[in-house]
Amino acid sequence: MKDSPGLHLKTQVFLLFIAFFAPLGNVLLGKGMKAIGSAQDWQPHKLFPVLIHIFTSGYIWLGTSCLLAFFVAYMLVLTWADYSYVQPASAFSYAVVAFLGLLLLGEKVNLLRWSGIAVICVGVLVVGHTHPQSTEDS
Amino acid sequence: MLELILLSLVVAAGTGGELCISRAMKALGEVHDFRPAALLQFAGRAIRLGWMWIGIGLMTLAFFSLLATLSMENVSFVVPVTALSYAAGAVGAALFLREKVTRQRWLGVLIVCLGVTLVWLSRH
Repeated sequence: MKDSPGLHLKTQVFLLFIAFFAPLGNVLLGKGMKAIGSAQDWQPHKLFPVLIHIFTSGYIWLGTSCLLAFFVAYMLVLTWADYSYVQPASAFSYAVVAFLGLLLLGEKVNLLRWSGIAVICVGVLVVGHTHPQSTEDS
Repeated sequence: MLELILLSLVVAAGTGGELCISRAMKALGEVHDFRPAALLQFAGRAIRLGWMWIGIGLMTLAFFSLLATLSMENVSFVVPVTALSYAAGAVGAALFLREKVTRQRWLGVLIVCLGVTLVWLSRH
């Protein structure tokens, strides 16, 4: 990655996008789906009305848009920044989703769950610090 | 039980979809020309590949399974559990794409699985 103040700032902004938009998208999907009702109560012959609910829910569309924004930002930043530099932002998103769930949806996140999320973040960072190409070109 | 089936679908179908798309992209080759016309031509070649459609189908299945799971469980539980896709991805890359997965990557996958186990236990 070439180093320049402008590029550095642009990369930081995109990393913030990545760390924030994927968890926000999932939280919005969660809020939308909770309003529709538990899948355990869905009867097979009533799946069509459920699908209509899903496709007409503003939260679902907002959530999907956030996930698309994340995907575009992720793809764009990878065109100029190294994967190993970008990847920690996606690891961090597992913690952000728990924070957003706690703050926006009032979910109870106990100590064991926080510990599990921290361990997952470490695991994702370890995976990200391996070389992206481990197979030799033939 | 339904949560377990749906979460397995999110992980397996999502990872399977990514692997199929990865296989299709590898068959197409690297993109060197980023002009709109060349990218459109590339997309035209991509949609003619069976693997691409299987991948899109599997990712759609994973998305709707995620929605169904989110209707039953908290987002702070569901999203961390989907990190199991790192394990499914490593196994799939080794078996399906014949990629060499390094020891360090397996170690990372093992740590992710440990974290997911803790998150799973936090449900009770």
